[in-house]
Amino acid sequence: MDHAIQIEQLTKTFGNFTAVNAISFEVAPGEIFGFLGANGAGKTTALKMLTGLLKPSGGQAWVAGIDVQRKPEQVKRRIGYMSQKFSLYEDLTVRENIRLYGGIYGLKRTDIKAKTAVLLEKLQLEPYADQLVAGLPLGWRQKLAFSVALLHEPRIVFLDEPTSGVDPLTRRQFWDLIYEAAHNGVTLMVTTHYMDEAEYCNRVSIMVDGKIEALDTPRNMKKTFAAEDMDEVFRKLARSGS
Amino acid sequence: MQTKSIKAQNLSKAYGPVEAVKNVSFDVRPGEIFGLIGPDGAGKTTLFRILTSLLLPDTGQASVDGLDVVQDYKLLRQRIGYMPGRFSLYQDLTVQENLQFFANVFGTTIEKNYALIRDIYVQLEPFKHRRAGALSGGMKQKLALCCALIHKPRVLFLDEPGTGVDPVSRKEFWEMLRRLRDSDITILVSTAYMDEAELCDRVALLQKGEILAIDTPQGITANYQRPLFAARSDDMYRLITDLRALEPGADCYAFGEYAHLALAATATRPTTSTRPTTSSRRTSNAIPKIQQYLETKGHTNIEVLNTTATIEDCFIELMHN
Repeated sequence: MDHAIQIEQLTKTFGNFTAVNAISFEVAPGEIFGFLGANGAGKTTALKMLTGLLKPSGGQAWVAGIDVQRKPEQVKRRIGYMSQKFSLYEDLTVRENIRLYGGIYGLKRTDIKAKTAVLLEKLQLEPYADQLVAGLPLGWRQKLAFSVALLHEPRIVFLDEPTSGVDPLTRRQFWDLIYEAAHNGVTLMVTTHYMDEAEYCNRVSIMVDGKIEALDTPRNMKKTFAAEDMDEVFRKLARSGS
Repeated sequence: MQTKSIKAQNLSKAYGPVEAVKNVSFDVRPGEIFGLIGPDGAGKTTLFRILTSLLLPDTGQASVDGLDVVQDYKLLRQRIGYMPGRFSLYQDLTVQENLQFFANVFGTTIEKNYALIRDIYVQLEPFKHRRAGALSGGMKQKLALCCALIHKPRVLFLDEPGTGVDPVSRKEFWEMLRRLRDSDITILVSTAYMDEAELCDRVALLQKGEILAIDTPQGITANYQRPLFAARSDDMYRLITDLRALEPGADCYAFGEYAHLALAATATRPTTSTRPTTSSRRTSNAIPKIQQYLETKGHTNIEVLNTTATIEDCFIELMHN
């Protein structure tokens, strides 16, 4: 399988409402792919299908070469996932969170120990290892959540609005981590409401009313829509869908 | 006649050992859109709760529309509209029932102040019998704004109205705010989106309970002191890493299509003058140097330009200090 993600005519209906309407595209290994759209455009539904949480109504998708329709459990094991809304257990310490996720993904105890040390050092969290996650600043928590999502060395990571509400510096430090992961060959699929972040992606797609209305590099997209920045592209495309 | 719509003086508030707001002072003029700009945890919501009389400050004083937030809280609550950060309406009531409820609580009717909300409410009208809980994010936000406005408040408090809302709905929301300002309502709005700062008349940049700067958005960006460049090449990850190593004191962060490179102010600034004109003359020599450096590092399709600071450049800079 050449593609990290391959989607063909993927569809999801709820009653007579079509949330995702026969979308097709591919994501290459090591690519940072921006998955954009207005609220209610169908992004979350599509992401749920790709992460094995929701059964498609039609079409097919392969994530890391695995059919999401037939083997959703295997998909879950091969991917990392991080959401702004929920990632870490706040009542557990930093170390306990790492151990928990390591355990869930079936890592050996010795591996978890070694990885914990590396991770704490990299994020400079050693002094806080035994503190509750609830007490950490949001920015640190998000960096920790991302690193935990990479713990079992998935080749593909889904990031659902990872940077909402964090300060501009932390937001960029977070993108440093994303760039670094991509540099190491990890494929990243990212949703965001920050249009400057759309520019950091290799390619972006914009979803409107369940369909992919545009898919290209940010540069080409700006050319196509004669727009100054991605914010303008988004407004031109997504206005009809809001 | 009072001259300030909101007056906050030396406000502090701690939750146990956590100092949420530290000695914060600012004024908002009548009819102004004033932005509290800062990330989660900066103290924005605590300030809102103090100014709307929902929380007592540990120290300091504040007044809204000439009324003390502690002494005159009953009268104050009649004069303000408050839209909290989390969706606060009754999810099981319809759009119309929610609006009716808020009108009743404030002893008024929808009809009486309809003119104020008409522009917003017409967009909700097709869904007026829908339960509020079943609305989309953008629609919920519009309904919450209508409910906060229905008693024609003198001062409107909007706590992070844009969080989790897509750029299109956010833009529409700001257009509504600008129209409201023309109806003589003072607006205090908070946001974690720095680009929204430019839509305010004046802003306070807030970080960890403290104000970093108060000014017009233009004033804040004009105050940026360091030589600043925009750069791009085919490999942005390596570009950013390489530019950080360009010289001591160099900072580099992704800013949309380009990375912004800020050089140390002292390295390029002459000792006699700090005028921006002088530093920009010096920066023009720097561009070929940066370009050459990137070429030796093996970058391709290099582009280096002078650029002006955005609010985010300024915020990052103020965080460093």
